[in-house]
Amino acid sequence: QTALQSQLLKAKLDVGVVLLSTHRLLWRDQKNHECCICIHLSQIIFFEEQAAGIGKSAKIVIHLHPAPENKEPGPYQHSKYSFIKLSFKEHGQIEFYRRLTEEMTQKHWENTPVSQPIPTGIGPKAGRTRAVGIVGIERKLEKKRKETDKNISEAFEDLSKLMEKAKEMVEVSKSIANKIKDKQGDITEDETIRFKSYLLSMGIANPVTRETHGSGTKYHIQLAKQLGDMLQAPLEERGGMMTLTEVYCLVNRARGMELLSPEDLVNACKLFESLKLPLRLRVFDSGVMVVQLQSHSEEEMIASALDNVSDKGSLTAEEFAKLLGLSVLLAKERLLLAEKMGHLCRDDSVEGLRFYPNLF
Amino acid sequence: MSFEWPWQYNFPPFFTLQPNVDTRQKQLAAWCSLVLSFCRHRKLYTLDVLEAQESPVFNNKKIERKLSVEAIQVVFEELRKKGNLEWLDKNKSRCLIMWRRPEEWGKLIYQWVSKNGMVNSVFTLYELSNGDDTEKEEFHGLEDWMLLRSLQALQAEGKAEMITMDDGKGVKFF
Repeated sequence: QTALQSQLLKAKLDVGVVLLSTHRLLWRDQKNHECCICIHLSQIIFFEEQAAGIGKSAKIVIHLHPAPENKEPGPYQHSKYSFIKLSFKEHGQIEFYRRLTEEMTQKHWENTPVSQPIPTGIGPKAGRTRAVGIVGIERKLEKKRKETDKNISEAFEDLSKLMEKAKEMVEVSKSIANKIKDKQGDITEDETIRFKSYLLSMGIANPVTRETHGSGTKYHIQLAKQLGDMLQAPLEERGGMMTLTEVYCLVNRARGMELLSPEDLVNACKLFESLKLPLRLRVFDSGVMVVQLQSHSEEEMIASALDNVSDKGSLTAEEFAKLLGLSVLLAKERLLLAEKMGHLCRDDSVEGLRFYPNLF
Repeated sequence: MSFEWPWQYNFPPFFTLQPNVDTRQKQLAAWCSLVLSFCRHRKLYTLDVLEAQESPVFNNKKIERKLSVEAIQVVFEELRKKGNLEWLDKNKSRCLIMWRRPEEWGKLIYQWVSKNGMVNSVFTLYELSNGDDTEKEEFHGLEDWMLLRSLQALQAEGKAEMITMDDGKGVKFF
């Protein structure tokens, strides 16, 4: 409980409670709670203690700036004294002094309303917040994460822009292609052909037919040539024939990076014949697709199959595969082909499927 | 005399219906002749499909192979097309096996009749199939239904005529 004394005039501000906030010093009349006056802490220049004495209570003297022009109406419009004294009649002076000191040190009213700006990645010293202990480490990590995030978004910004552009380009080319198709607009034959070749070189397949293997994009052509070189040796090792899945695995394992999609592989393989490469893509009745050397002669294969079977009396697909070092799938295809030609006949029982020379 | 099995009987693929069309044709032809010769040997005139499965014809225990029911049906259908088989019921569970067609039987009978100079005579059916005179003939023991058809075939050729007599049927040869 304090009394606010004014040297000049004893106001009716006698007994009340002083309140301290981060921004203001308030005094409220004990009896009349509606009587409340305040001073902004920025007004305080300096303050000091006055120890209690005999007959005197402890006091805190607060020296103030001159009142600003736009001062709020208070108990006194003006005073010739530049200080106020807080008289602590009961107790609380020490605590109050301590708290006032704290607030005056921290000067919270000087902080801007927004929080500290987030440091950008420009310059190593920019925005170094003082950080201690685990909290500091966490803050550092968070900062790093945000940096990385931002970098990635920036990087992909370009890509998404590129993708958008590409989309536009594809739309344009499609519309032109359609125009060619419908022969709307004034495009001559020459120009049509030229435009088509441009599209082709860009990697867009023949827009009119929609069949990529017919026209063959540049990529597939190159790929087919590459495959032609690559597959010679493996094919010879395997008796001149490999299933497309075997080729797929082999090629992609060899490439390591920039793997082929199954579709690309098939499209490239379809071009073998037209490119006069010594390989062929072949589809069996069962749907199995194989790549075989052109030099591979089917009749020879069948004749040798017949020999093998006659030799052993009868063979299953597995036995045949083992004998020739082929995959079981290919072995079966060969036996089936021989059966189709009438050289072999089958014995289907609970023991499995076996092939015999056709003695019928 | 024991039955002589054809070489195909011991060839395992024989018991698998071949997918290759040409091969299958040859296979079925072999089956047909096997079935017919077997029935002729045992003088079987009817066959029951379910029983047939277990019969040695379709089941070679030695090589552990047997013809599936579907395949047996295919063989029977083939026989029917050739005129050697007739179904006795709609469900195709029993059939008549004619390892000799009625015309062929008729011919044999007529040959015997003319050889013995018995043209223009009348015979009862029983005499033909079970008479002492015909004992050595192949058509001895021929089942009635078959005999009847054979004679009807001859009748169609104009070489015989069926007559109804007091105690049954008879036939006159021309």
